[in-house]
Amino acid sequence: MKLSYYPGCSLESTAKEYDLSSRSVCAALDLELLELEDWSCCGSTSAHNLNHALASALPARNIALAQKNGVDVTVPCAACFARLRKADYVMRNDEAARKEIEETVGFKYQDNIKIMSLVEAVVGKIGLQAIASKVVKPLEGLKVVCYYGCLMVRPPEVQGFDRVENPTMLDDLTETLGAQALKWSYKTECCGASLSLTNTNVVEEIVSRIINAAREAGAEAIVTSCPMCQSNLEMRQEKGENQMPCFYFTELMGLALGLDEAKGWFRKHLVDPGRVVNL
Amino acid sequence: MKGKMKILAGTETLQTDPNFSAEVREKSGQPIELCYQCQKCATGCPVSHHMDYHPNQILRMISFGLKDRVLTSSAIWLCSACETCGVRCPNGIRISEVMDALRVMATENNLSRAKHTESFHRIFLQEVRARGRVHEATLMAKYKLKSGQLFTDLDLGLQMFKKGKLPLIPRGIKNKKEVRDIFTRSEISREGGK
Repeated sequence: MKLSYYPGCSLESTAKEYDLSSRSVCAALDLELLELEDWSCCGSTSAHNLNHALASALPARNIALAQKNGVDVTVPCAACFARLRKADYVMRNDEAARKEIEETVGFKYQDNIKIMSLVEAVVGKIGLQAIASKVVKPLEGLKVVCYYGCLMVRPPEVQGFDRVENPTMLDDLTETLGAQALKWSYKTECCGASLSLTNTNVVEEIVSRIINAAREAGAEAIVTSCPMCQSNLEMRQEKGENQMPCFYFTELMGLALGLDEAKGWFRKHLVDPGRVVNL
Repeated sequence: MKGKMKILAGTETLQTDPNFSAEVREKSGQPIELCYQCQKCATGCPVSHHMDYHPNQILRMISFGLKDRVLTSSAIWLCSACETCGVRCPNGIRISEVMDALRVMATENNLSRAKHTESFHRIFLQEVRARGRVHEATLMAKYKLKSGQLFTDLDLGLQMFKKGKLPLIPRGIKNKKEVRDIFTRSEISREGGK
Protein backbone atom coordinates (compact mmCIF):
# COMPACT_ATOMS: atom_id res chain seq x y z
CA MET A 1 0.00 0.00 0.00
CA LYS A 2 1.19 3.51 -0.85
CA LEU A 3 0.42 6.91 0.64
CA SER A 4 1.88 10.34 -0.04
CA TYR A 5 3.72 11.72 2.97
CA TYR A 6 3.78 15.37 4.05
CA PRO A 7 6.15 15.66 7.05
CA GLY A 8 6.05 19.44 7.66
CA CYS A 9 8.73 21.72 9.09
CA SER A 10 8.64 20.55 12.73
CA LEU A 11 9.42 16.99 11.69
CA GLU A 12 12.71 18.23 10.23
CA SER A 13 13.71 19.73 13.56
CA THR A 14 12.07 19.71 17.01
CA ALA A 15 9.96 16.66 16.16
CA LYS A 16 12.70 14.72 14.34
CA GLU A 17 11.91 11.57 16.34
CA TYR A 18 8.31 11.70 15.09
CA ASP A 19 9.56 11.69 11.49
CA LEU A 20 12.07 8.88 12.09
CA SER A 21 9.58 6.70 13.97
CA SER A 22 6.79 7.32 11.46
CA ARG A 23 8.97 6.24 8.55
CA SER A 24 10.31 3.15 10.36
CA VAL A 25 6.94 1.98 11.62
CA CYS A 26 5.22 2.40 8.25
CA ALA A 27 8.05 0.52 6.54
CA ALA A 28 7.72 -2.31 9.06
CA LEU A 29 3.99 -2.50 8.34
CA ASP A 30 4.44 -2.43 4.54
CA LEU A 31 2.91 1.00 4.17
CA GLU A 32 5.03 2.79 1.60
CA LEU A 33 5.38 6.54 2.18
CA LEU A 34 6.07 8.73 -0.85
CA GLU A 35 7.36 12.05 0.46
CA LEU A 36 5.83 14.93 -1.51
CA GLU A 37 8.49 16.26 -3.85
CA ASP A 38 9.61 19.76 -2.79
CA TRP A 39 6.80 20.27 -0.25
CA SER A 40 6.53 23.67 1.42
CA CYS A 41 5.34 25.01 4.79
CA CYS A 42 1.58 24.87 5.51
CA GLY A 43 1.61 28.39 7.00
CA SER A 44 0.50 27.04 10.38
CA THR A 45 -0.95 29.49 12.92
CA SER A 46 0.90 32.51 11.57
CA ALA A 47 -0.76 32.54 8.16
CA HIS A 48 -4.31 32.31 9.46
CA ASN A 49 -3.57 34.97 12.06
CA LEU A 50 -2.31 37.52 9.55
CA ASN A 51 -3.54 36.77 6.04
CA HIS A 52 -6.55 34.64 5.10
CA ALA A 53 -5.61 34.21 1.45
CA LEU A 54 -2.21 32.86 2.44
CA ALA A 55 -3.75 30.55 5.06
CA SER A 56 -5.46 28.59 2.26
CA ALA A 57 -2.91 29.08 -0.50
CA LEU A 58 0.14 27.73 1.36
CA PRO A 59 -1.46 24.35 2.20
CA ALA A 60 -3.10 24.26 -1.24
CA ARG A 61 0.33 24.18 -2.92
CA ASN A 62 0.96 20.90 -1.10
CA ILE A 63 -2.47 19.56 -1.99
CA ALA A 64 -1.53 20.29 -5.61
CA LEU A 65 1.63 18.18 -5.18
CA ALA A 66 -0.37 15.36 -3.61
CA GLN A 67 -2.86 15.47 -6.49
CA LYS A 68 0.01 14.82 -8.89
CA ASN A 69 1.00 11.72 -6.91
CA GLY A 70 -2.59 10.55 -7.22
CA VAL A 71 -2.70 8.68 -3.89
CA ASP A 72 -4.11 9.80 -0.53
CA VAL A 73 -1.77 11.87 1.59
CA THR A 74 -0.97 11.26 5.24
CA VAL A 75 0.15 14.06 7.57
CA PRO A 76 1.72 13.15 10.92
CA CYS A 77 1.80 16.73 12.33
CA ALA A 78 -1.59 17.70 13.72
CA ALA A 79 -1.08 21.38 12.88
CA CYS A 80 -0.18 20.71 9.24
CA PHE A 81 -3.03 18.20 9.06
CA ALA A 82 -5.48 20.85 10.27
CA ARG A 83 -4.29 23.44 7.73
CA LEU A 84 -4.37 21.02 4.79
CA ARG A 85 -7.82 19.75 5.77
CA LYS A 86 -9.12 23.30 6.14
CA ALA A 87 -7.87 24.38 2.70
CA ASP A 88 -9.32 21.20 1.20
CA TYR A 89 -12.65 21.82 2.97
CA VAL A 90 -12.81 25.40 1.68
CA MET A 91 -12.02 24.35 -1.89
CA ARG A 92 -14.61 21.60 -1.76
CA ASN A 93 -17.42 23.74 -0.34
CA ASP A 94 -16.88 27.30 -1.54
CA GLU A 95 -16.59 27.74 -5.30
CA ALA A 96 -15.59 31.41 -5.24
CA ALA A 97 -12.87 30.75 -2.67
CA ARG A 98 -11.68 27.72 -4.64
CA LYS A 99 -11.24 29.79 -7.80
CA GLU A 100 -9.29 32.40 -5.88
CA ILE A 101 -7.00 29.77 -4.32
CA GLU A 102 -6.50 28.06 -7.70
CA GLU A 103 -5.43 31.37 -9.21
CA THR A 104 -3.09 32.19 -6.34
CA VAL A 105 -1.41 28.79 -6.42
CA GLY A 106 -1.65 28.13 -10.14
CA PHE A 107 -3.32 24.72 -10.14
CA LYS A 108 -6.70 23.07 -10.68
CA TYR A 109 -8.37 21.43 -7.68
CA GLN A 110 -9.48 17.91 -8.61
CA ASP A 111 -10.88 16.55 -5.35
CA ASN A 112 -9.19 13.20 -6.11
CA ILE A 113 -7.25 12.56 -2.90
CA LYS A 114 -8.01 12.32 0.80
CA ILE A 115 -5.94 14.00 3.49
CA MET A 116 -5.60 11.86 6.59
CA SER A 117 -3.73 12.08 9.85
CA LEU A 118 -1.10 9.40 10.39
CA VAL A 119 -3.21 7.88 13.21
CA GLU A 120 -6.09 7.38 10.78
CA ALA A 121 -3.76 6.04 8.12
CA VAL A 122 -2.23 3.48 10.46
CA VAL A 123 -5.52 2.41 12.06
CA GLY A 124 -7.64 2.67 8.90
CA LYS A 125 -5.31 1.45 6.17
CA ILE A 126 -3.31 -1.16 8.10
CA GLY A 127 -5.83 -2.06 10.76
CA LEU A 128 -5.54 -2.95 14.45
CA GLN A 129 -5.60 -6.70 13.82
CA ALA A 130 -2.71 -6.56 11.38
CA ILE A 131 -0.75 -4.39 13.81
CA ALA A 132 -1.50 -6.77 16.70
CA SER A 133 -0.15 -9.68 14.67
CA LYS A 134 3.20 -7.88 14.32
CA VAL A 135 3.62 -6.97 17.99
CA VAL A 136 6.64 -8.86 19.32
CA LYS A 137 7.28 -6.90 22.52
CA PRO A 138 3.90 -6.02 24.02
CA LEU A 139 4.06 -2.95 26.25
CA GLU A 140 2.68 -4.84 29.22
CA GLY A 141 2.29 -2.86 32.42
CA LEU A 142 2.72 0.52 30.75
CA LYS A 143 -0.01 2.91 31.90
CA VAL A 144 -0.64 5.87 29.63
CA VAL A 145 -3.21 8.52 28.81
CA CYS A 146 -3.83 9.45 25.16
CA TYR A 147 -3.71 13.13 24.38
CA TYR A 148 -5.31 14.12 21.06
CA GLY A 149 -5.10 17.90 21.47
CA CYS A 150 -7.14 20.33 19.39
CA LEU A 151 -6.04 20.30 15.82
CA MET A 152 -6.70 16.69 14.91
CA VAL A 153 -10.31 16.74 16.13
CA ARG A 154 -11.64 20.31 15.81
CA PRO A 155 -13.67 21.53 14.06
CA PRO A 156 -15.30 18.16 13.40
CA GLU A 157 -16.93 19.09 10.07
CA VAL A 158 -13.46 19.88 8.71
CA GLN A 159 -11.27 17.26 10.37
CA GLY A 160 -13.73 14.38 10.22
CA PHE A 161 -11.72 12.54 12.85
CA ASP A 162 -13.36 10.25 15.41
CA ARG A 163 -15.60 11.68 18.17
CA VAL A 164 -14.95 15.32 18.95
CA GLU A 165 -15.20 15.34 22.78
CA ASN A 166 -14.09 11.78 23.47
CA PRO A 167 -12.02 10.32 20.63
CA THR A 168 -10.78 6.76 21.13
CA MET A 169 -8.65 5.93 18.08
CA LEU A 170 -5.30 6.47 19.81
CA ASP A 171 -6.56 4.62 22.91
CA ASP A 172 -7.51 1.59 20.80
CA LEU A 173 -4.15 1.64 19.05
CA THR A 174 -2.21 1.95 22.31
CA GLU A 175 -4.10 -0.97 23.81
CA THR A 176 -3.37 -3.03 20.70
CA LEU A 177 0.32 -2.54 21.53
CA GLY A 178 -0.27 -4.05 24.98
CA ALA A 179 -0.25 -0.86 27.04
CA GLN A 180 -3.12 0.28 29.23
CA ALA A 181 -4.88 3.44 28.02
CA LEU A 182 -6.49 5.07 31.05
CA LYS A 183 -9.63 7.17 31.07
CA TRP A 184 -9.21 10.90 31.65
CA SER A 185 -10.98 14.09 30.72
CA TYR A 186 -8.15 16.09 29.15
CA LYS A 187 -7.94 14.19 25.83
CA THR A 188 -8.77 17.18 23.67
CA GLU A 189 -7.64 20.03 25.91
CA CYS A 190 -5.44 22.67 24.24
CA CYS A 191 -1.69 22.69 25.14
CA GLY A 192 -1.36 26.44 24.43
CA ALA A 193 0.35 25.86 21.08
CA SER A 194 2.46 28.76 19.81
CA LEU A 195 1.75 30.80 22.96
CA SER A 196 4.65 28.74 24.29
CA LEU A 197 7.10 31.30 22.91
CA THR A 198 5.06 34.49 23.24
CA ASN A 199 3.19 33.87 26.53
CA THR A 200 5.26 31.19 28.25
CA ASN A 201 3.61 31.59 31.68
CA VAL A 202 0.18 30.84 30.19
CA VAL A 203 1.45 27.62 28.61
CA GLU A 204 3.24 26.54 31.78
CA GLU A 205 -0.04 26.80 33.65
CA ILE A 206 -2.00 24.87 30.99
CA VAL A 207 0.67 22.15 30.80
CA SER A 208 0.78 21.77 34.54
CA ARG A 209 -3.02 21.24 34.56
CA ILE A 210 -2.71 18.55 31.89
CA ILE A 211 0.21 16.76 33.58
CA ASN A 212 -1.60 16.80 36.93
CA ALA A 213 -4.71 15.32 35.34
CA ALA A 214 -2.57 12.58 33.76
CA ARG A 215 -1.00 11.80 37.15
CA GLU A 216 -4.39 11.71 38.86
CA ALA A 217 -5.57 9.20 36.25
CA GLY A 218 -2.59 7.03 37.24
CA ALA A 219 -0.56 7.45 34.06
CA GLU A 220 3.23 7.13 33.77
CA ALA A 221 3.37 8.73 30.35
CA ILE A 222 1.33 10.63 27.79
CA VAL A 223 0.82 9.52 24.18
CA THR A 224 0.26 12.09 21.46
CA SER A 225 0.34 12.63 17.71
CA CYS A 226 1.08 16.37 17.68
CA PRO A 227 4.59 17.91 17.64
CA MET A 228 3.34 21.11 19.29
CA CYS A 229 1.67 19.17 22.13
CA GLN A 230 4.66 16.88 22.58
CA SER A 231 7.21 19.67 22.82
CA ASN A 232 5.02 21.88 25.03
CA LEU A 233 4.28 19.01 27.41
CA GLU A 234 7.94 18.04 27.80
CA MET A 235 9.43 21.54 27.60
CA ARG A 236 6.96 23.49 29.75
CA GLN A 237 6.26 21.06 32.59
CA GLU A 238 7.75 21.67 36.01
CA LYS A 239 11.39 20.68 36.30
CA GLY A 240 12.40 17.98 38.78
CA GLU A 241 12.87 14.26 39.33
CA ASN A 242 9.30 13.36 38.66
CA GLN A 243 8.84 14.59 35.09
CA MET A 244 6.40 12.76 32.84
CA PRO A 245 7.55 11.71 29.36
CA CYS A 246 5.36 12.31 26.34
CA PHE A 247 5.59 9.84 23.44
CA TYR A 248 4.60 10.04 19.82
CA PHE A 249 2.29 7.07 19.20
CA THR A 250 4.67 5.92 16.47
CA GLU A 251 7.49 5.60 19.02
CA LEU A 252 5.44 3.19 21.12
CA MET A 253 4.53 1.28 17.96
CA GLY A 254 8.23 0.97 17.14
CA LEU A 255 8.96 -0.38 20.61
CA ALA A 256 6.14 -2.94 20.45
CA LEU A 257 7.14 -4.00 16.92
CA GLY A 258 10.66 -4.58 18.26
CA LEU A 259 12.38 -2.10 15.91
CA ASP A 260 16.08 -1.70 16.80
CA GLU A 261 16.28 1.93 15.79
CA ALA A 262 13.78 2.95 18.51
CA LYS A 263 16.57 3.71 21.01
CA GLY A 264 17.78 6.60 18.87
CA TRP A 265 14.36 8.25 18.89
CA PHE A 266 14.07 8.25 22.67
CA ARG A 267 17.46 9.92 23.08
CA LYS A 268 15.95 13.01 21.48
CA HIS A 269 13.40 13.51 24.26
CA LEU A 270 13.77 16.37 26.74
CA VAL A 271 12.24 14.16 29.45
CA ASP A 272 14.07 10.84 29.78
CA PRO A 273 11.59 8.05 28.95
CA GLY A 274 13.94 5.35 30.30
CA ARG A 275 12.10 5.35 33.61
CA VAL A 276 8.85 4.06 32.11
CA VAL A 277 9.88 1.94 29.11
CA ASN A 278 12.57 -0.69 28.66
CA LEU A 279 14.81 0.37 25.83
CA MET B 1 -17.58 60.43 11.37
CA LYS B 2 -20.94 59.74 9.81
CA GLY B 3 -23.06 57.15 11.59
CA LYS B 4 -20.92 57.04 14.72
CA MET B 5 -22.74 56.59 17.96
CA LYS B 6 -21.72 56.98 21.57
CA ILE B 7 -22.83 54.71 24.37
CA LEU B 8 -22.56 55.39 28.07
CA ALA B 9 -20.94 52.67 30.15
CA GLY B 10 -20.89 53.63 33.81
CA THR B 11 -19.03 56.91 33.86
CA GLU B 12 -17.27 56.26 30.54
CA THR B 13 -18.40 57.31 27.10
CA LEU B 14 -17.49 54.74 24.45
CA GLN B 15 -17.13 55.41 20.75
CA THR B 16 -19.00 52.94 18.59
CA ASP B 17 -18.74 52.08 14.93
CA PRO B 18 -22.09 50.86 13.57
CA ASN B 19 -20.42 49.13 10.62
CA PHE B 20 -18.06 47.07 12.74
CA SER B 21 -20.36 44.15 13.49
CA ALA B 22 -21.35 43.75 9.82
CA GLU B 23 -17.68 43.90 8.83
CA VAL B 24 -16.69 41.15 11.30
CA ARG B 25 -19.66 39.10 10.25
CA GLU B 26 -18.66 39.35 6.61
CA LYS B 27 -14.97 38.65 7.16
CA SER B 28 -15.51 35.73 9.54
CA GLY B 29 -18.64 34.31 7.91
CA GLN B 30 -20.05 33.78 11.41
CA PRO B 31 -23.56 34.66 12.70
CA ILE B 32 -22.35 36.76 15.63
CA GLU B 33 -25.81 38.21 16.28
CA LEU B 34 -27.08 34.78 17.33
CA CYS B 35 -25.01 34.83 20.54
CA TYR B 36 -27.30 34.83 23.61
CA GLN B 37 -24.50 34.99 26.14
CA CYS B 38 -24.70 31.44 27.55
CA GLN B 39 -20.94 31.71 28.20
CA LYS B 40 -20.17 28.12 27.24
CA CYS B 41 -17.30 29.50 25.14
CA ALA B 42 -15.72 31.28 28.11
CA THR B 43 -16.21 28.26 30.36
CA GLY B 44 -14.41 25.84 28.07
CA CYS B 45 -11.67 28.26 26.99
CA PRO B 46 -8.27 27.20 28.38
CA VAL B 47 -6.98 30.79 28.49
CA SER B 48 -10.06 32.94 29.21
CA HIS B 49 -8.88 33.79 32.72
CA HIS B 50 -5.81 35.46 31.20
CA MET B 51 -7.87 37.53 28.76
CA ASP B 52 -8.99 41.10 29.35
CA TYR B 53 -12.38 40.15 27.88
CA HIS B 54 -13.88 36.65 27.73
CA PRO B 55 -14.91 35.31 24.30
CA ASN B 56 -18.63 35.95 24.98
CA GLN B 57 -17.79 39.54 25.95
CA ILE B 58 -15.85 39.98 22.72
CA LEU B 59 -18.92 38.81 20.78
CA ARG B 60 -21.18 41.24 22.64
CA MET B 61 -18.74 44.10 22.14
CA ILE B 62 -18.69 43.37 18.41
CA SER B 63 -22.50 43.66 18.37
CA PHE B 64 -22.23 47.00 20.19
CA GLY B 65 -19.75 48.21 17.57
CA LEU B 66 -16.90 48.76 20.04
CA LYS B 67 -14.28 48.45 17.32
CA ASP B 68 -11.27 50.03 19.04
CA ARG B 69 -11.83 48.22 22.29
CA VAL B 70 -12.12 44.83 20.56
CA LEU B 71 -9.18 45.32 18.20
CA THR B 72 -6.87 46.54 20.97
CA SER B 73 -7.82 43.71 23.36
CA SER B 74 -5.33 41.12 24.56
CA ALA B 75 -8.02 38.45 24.22
CA ILE B 76 -7.81 38.18 20.46
CA TRP B 77 -4.09 37.37 20.64
CA LEU B 78 -4.33 34.98 23.59
CA CYS B 79 -6.81 32.82 21.69
CA SER B 80 -4.83 29.82 20.50
CA ALA B 81 -7.53 28.87 17.96
CA CYS B 82 -8.15 25.56 19.75
CA GLU B 83 -11.81 25.80 18.70
CA THR B 84 -13.21 24.32 21.95
CA CYS B 85 -15.60 27.29 22.10
CA GLY B 86 -16.84 26.92 18.54
CA VAL B 87 -17.55 23.21 18.90
CA ARG B 88 -19.62 23.83 22.03
CA CYS B 89 -21.48 26.96 20.87
CA PRO B 90 -25.24 26.15 20.80
CA ASN B 91 -25.68 28.72 18.02
CA GLY B 92 -22.96 27.38 15.77
CA ILE B 93 -20.71 30.42 15.97
CA ARG B 94 -17.17 29.31 15.12
CA ILE B 95 -15.45 31.77 17.42
CA SER B 96 -11.91 31.04 16.25
CA GLU B 97 -12.98 32.22 12.78
CA VAL B 98 -14.15 35.43 14.43
CA MET B 99 -10.83 35.74 16.28
CA ASP B 100 -8.91 35.19 13.02
CA ALA B 101 -10.88 38.00 11.36
CA LEU B 102 -10.29 40.30 14.36
CA ARG B 103 -6.53 39.63 14.37
CA VAL B 104 -6.29 40.43 10.66
CA MET B 105 -8.34 43.64 11.18
CA ALA B 106 -6.23 44.63 14.21
CA THR B 107 -2.98 44.37 12.25
CA GLU B 108 -4.41 46.06 9.16
CA ASN B 109 -5.63 48.98 11.29
CA ASN B 110 -2.37 49.02 13.25
CA LEU B 111 -4.31 48.57 16.49
CA SER B 112 -2.73 45.35 17.77
CA ARG B 113 -1.31 45.71 21.26
CA ALA B 114 0.28 42.25 21.24
CA LYS B 115 3.41 43.40 19.44
CA HIS B 116 5.48 40.35 20.41
CA THR B 117 2.89 37.87 19.20
CA GLU B 118 2.36 39.80 16.00
CA SER B 119 6.09 39.99 15.36
CA PHE B 120 6.42 36.23 15.95
CA HIS B 121 3.88 35.55 13.23
CA ARG B 122 5.52 38.05 10.88
CA ILE B 123 8.95 36.47 11.36
CA PHE B 124 7.40 33.03 10.78
CA LEU B 125 5.92 34.13 7.45
CA GLN B 126 9.12 35.93 6.40
CA GLU B 127 10.93 32.62 6.90
CA VAL B 128 8.42 30.76 4.75
CA ARG B 129 8.63 33.44 2.07
CA ALA B 130 12.42 33.30 2.00
CA ARG B 131 12.93 29.53 1.98
CA GLY B 132 9.57 27.87 1.45
CA ARG B 133 9.88 26.17 4.82
CA VAL B 134 10.39 27.21 8.42
CA HIS B 135 13.77 26.56 9.96
CA GLU B 136 12.86 26.38 13.64
CA ALA B 137 16.28 27.38 15.04
CA THR B 138 16.33 30.53 12.89
CA LEU B 139 12.70 31.32 13.77
CA MET B 140 13.35 31.03 17.50
CA ALA B 141 16.59 33.05 17.36
CA LYS B 142 15.05 35.83 15.28
CA TYR B 143 12.01 36.05 17.55
CA LYS B 144 14.13 36.12 20.70
CA LEU B 145 16.28 38.91 19.23
CA LYS B 146 13.30 40.93 18.08
CA SER B 147 11.42 40.61 21.37
CA GLY B 148 14.51 41.31 23.47
CA GLN B 149 14.18 38.01 25.34
CA LEU B 150 17.46 36.63 24.15
CA PHE B 151 18.28 34.73 27.32
CA THR B 152 14.96 33.10 28.15
CA ASP B 153 14.85 29.43 27.13
CA LEU B 154 18.58 29.46 26.36
CA ASP B 155 19.04 26.25 28.37
CA LEU B 156 16.20 24.58 26.47
CA GLY B 157 17.63 25.66 23.14
CA LEU B 158 21.02 24.27 24.06
CA GLN B 159 19.51 20.99 25.23
CA MET B 160 17.56 20.66 21.96
CA PHE B 161 20.67 21.45 19.95
CA LYS B 162 22.64 18.75 21.77
CA LYS B 163 19.89 16.25 21.04
CA GLY B 164 20.03 17.04 17.33
CA LYS B 165 16.63 18.74 17.33
CA LEU B 166 17.87 22.10 16.07
CA PRO B 167 19.95 21.57 12.94
CA LEU B 168 21.85 24.80 12.29
CA ILE B 169 21.85 24.94 8.51
CA PRO B 170 18.51 25.98 7.03
CA ARG B 171 17.34 23.91 4.08
CA GLY B 172 15.20 25.66 1.53
CA ILE B 173 12.96 24.11 -1.08
CA LYS B 174 13.97 23.97 -4.75
CA ASN B 175 11.08 25.95 -6.14
CA LYS B 176 11.28 29.02 -3.88
CA LYS B 177 9.89 31.26 -6.59
CA GLU B 178 6.61 29.37 -6.58
CA VAL B 179 6.14 30.10 -2.87
CA ARG B 180 7.22 33.72 -3.26
CA ASP B 181 4.64 34.15 -6.03
CA ILE B 182 1.96 32.72 -3.75
CA PHE B 183 2.88 35.36 -1.17
CA THR B 184 2.77 38.16 -3.73
CA ARG B 185 -0.58 37.07 -5.12
CA SER B 186 -2.05 36.54 -1.62
CA GLU B 187 -1.12 40.06 -0.64
CA ILE B 188 -2.77 41.40 -3.78
CA SER B 189 -5.95 39.43 -3.14
CA ARG B 190 -6.02 40.71 0.43
CA GLU B 191 -5.73 44.29 -0.77
CA GLY B 192 -8.55 43.63 -3.20
CA GLY B 193 -10.70 42.18 -0.45
CA LYS B 194 -10.45 45.28 1.71
